[in-house]
Amino acid sequence: MTSTADRLVEFDEVLTRYEPVIGLETHVELGTASKMFCGCATTFGAEPNTHTCPVCLGMPGSLPVANAAAIEATIKIGLALGCRIANWSRFARKNYFYPDIPKGFQTSQYDEPLCVAGHLDVEVDGTTHRVEIERVHLEEDTGKNLHVGGATGRIHGADHSLIDFNRAGIPLVEIVTRPVPGAGRLAPEVARAYVTELREIVQALGVSDVRMEQGSLRCDVNISLNPVGDLEWGTRTETKNVNSLRSVERAVRFEMRRQAAVLDSGGRIVQETRHFHEDTGTTSSGRSKEEATDYRYFPEPDLVPLAPDADWIEKLRAELPELPAARRTRLQQEWGISGTEMTWLANAGALGLVEQTVAAGASPGDARKWWLGDLARRANEAGTELGELAVTPAQVAELVRLVNEGTINDGLARQVLDGVLAGQGDPAQVVEAQGLAVMGESDELVAAVEAAIAGAPDVIAKVKAGKVQALGALVGAVMKTTRGKADAPTVKRMLEERVLGS
Amino acid sequence: MSSISREDVAHLARLSRLAVTDEELDRFAGQLDQVLAAVARVGEAAVADVPPMTHAVPLTNVLRPDEVTPSLSRDVVLAGAPAAEDGRIRVPRILGDAE
Ligand SMILES: [Zn+2]
Repeated sequence: MTSTADRLVEFDEVLTRYEPVIGLETHVELGTASKMFCGCATTFGAEPNTHTCPVCLGMPGSLPVANAAAIEATIKIGLALGCRIANWSRFARKNYFYPDIPKGFQTSQYDEPLCVAGHLDVEVDGTTHRVEIERVHLEEDTGKNLHVGGATGRIHGADHSLIDFNRAGIPLVEIVTRPVPGAGRLAPEVARAYVTELREIVQALGVSDVRMEQGSLRCDVNISLNPVGDLEWGTRTETKNVNSLRSVERAVRFEMRRQAAVLDSGGRIVQETRHFHEDTGTTSSGRSKEEATDYRYFPEPDLVPLAPDADWIEKLRAELPELPAARRTRLQQEWGISGTEMTWLANAGALGLVEQTVAAGASPGDARKWWLGDLARRANEAGTELGELAVTPAQVAELVRLVNEGTINDGLARQVLDGVLAGQGDPAQVVEAQGLAVMGESDELVAAVEAAIAGAPDVIAKVKAGKVQALGALVGAVMKTTRGKADAPTVKRMLEERVLGS
Repeated sequence: MSSISREDVAHLARLSRLAVTDEELDRFAGQLDQVLAAVARVGEAAVADVPPMTHAVPLTNVLRPDEVTPSLSRDVVLAGAPAAEDGRIRVPRILGDAE
């Protein structure tokens, strides 16, 4: 299986001799409540084989009925990608034998998919790359295999396998691009940007939670190389199991380097399925080609054709939300920020959070400052996503308001944030509970100021001699005795009044 | 007209996971030929202006609302399986030794 040491050509060198063509097949598990052709629940993480019935187990005599919400979600994805929606579409049986497929075939679509001929524009390094969409079709997911007796769950060397059919029959949308030539050295980034943008779109449509780590968005990456200037594309490989955005980029990069080495040595690329290995960032040759793709597709006799009429399609089009690209353009304008700043926000996953923080009353500048600054650092330290931090946009907006009102200063605000993240309540509650508000000109502050003056006669002498900036040391001393709770400008004024008598 | 060869039958048998003897390959090839010949008569009626038909009923868009209905109990499901382990259906090794 794995050739342990594939020879690799340096990435930059690959580009001197070869041009890559990439293509992506993305599977999105829809977030419907019930399965594609039966009423079994789709809840993730249920006890194995508790969500099955005669239909999704493929029992003889059972009859499937298509889930209306899944059809509508698929059409919406097609519309968002600028596809033409077919006015006549059918399901087909894709026949193959594998234990995770109870019926002996997967109900899919073949030559009559629901949506065809769309496109998605992605931006990489300031240039726009158009990725043409060949088709968007609807099928069903398979069960899950657990391999026993081999090394850590691998199928190779396993003694036997255990199957959970809970996932079998969950609606799965497949989005297939046309081959994308011309990306050159940006091919890995274009592939990643495409999947990122597709994920954003599906998320905006609200039809799937698109969590790659849970497998509700999965990617197969096709790559071929041809000598620079050749009109004919090379033989492609298809890399499966690419389950993170970063891995999409790594898989393209690795295959380009591996294929270049094979071609350099006069070898030929084998058209095959390859597996991506998350730990090493490499690919290895996949399943045997002995029974290469004789799926014997034929129209599914148990499901009648789909014929979406114009009214239905237009109703769905009217329901489309603002799409991510349009939203970014609008927010960039509203917030008056540059394209680069917008890219940072989007890449940090902070766009929605900043938007909600602004909606809760913060200025765009303050909202960005907190999410990209302190909160980004904390998320980074904790190794989580920004959105998973235990603080809501409304709480960040409240924090900003408390700072702007002068109730707390930036330093105190960080302590307040600690409290919020530790689950001690909203910012105002934390301020109250821990007494973190900035001190007014209280007796305590007056005492601290007078103690500082009394304790530093040398500094006072300097100030009186005209070196006014020496007062800064006393401001620092007062801030220290008040543990940061004093307002620095107030302290400075109080010191000046007492030392200079003004 | 013999259009189904022994090799075709062997291929179909492998795809269907059926064990077929040499003697059966010859017999089935002949039988399948006769079946195909009978079905081929449909082609005589299917002239150019008759679109291919896969369903006998003129129905489209038969859909159900996205509502959860009860599933089978797991005990019932697993009782129908040849073997089970840890709430899952147990199957023999998937990849052969050669792989
Ligand atoms: Zn079911």
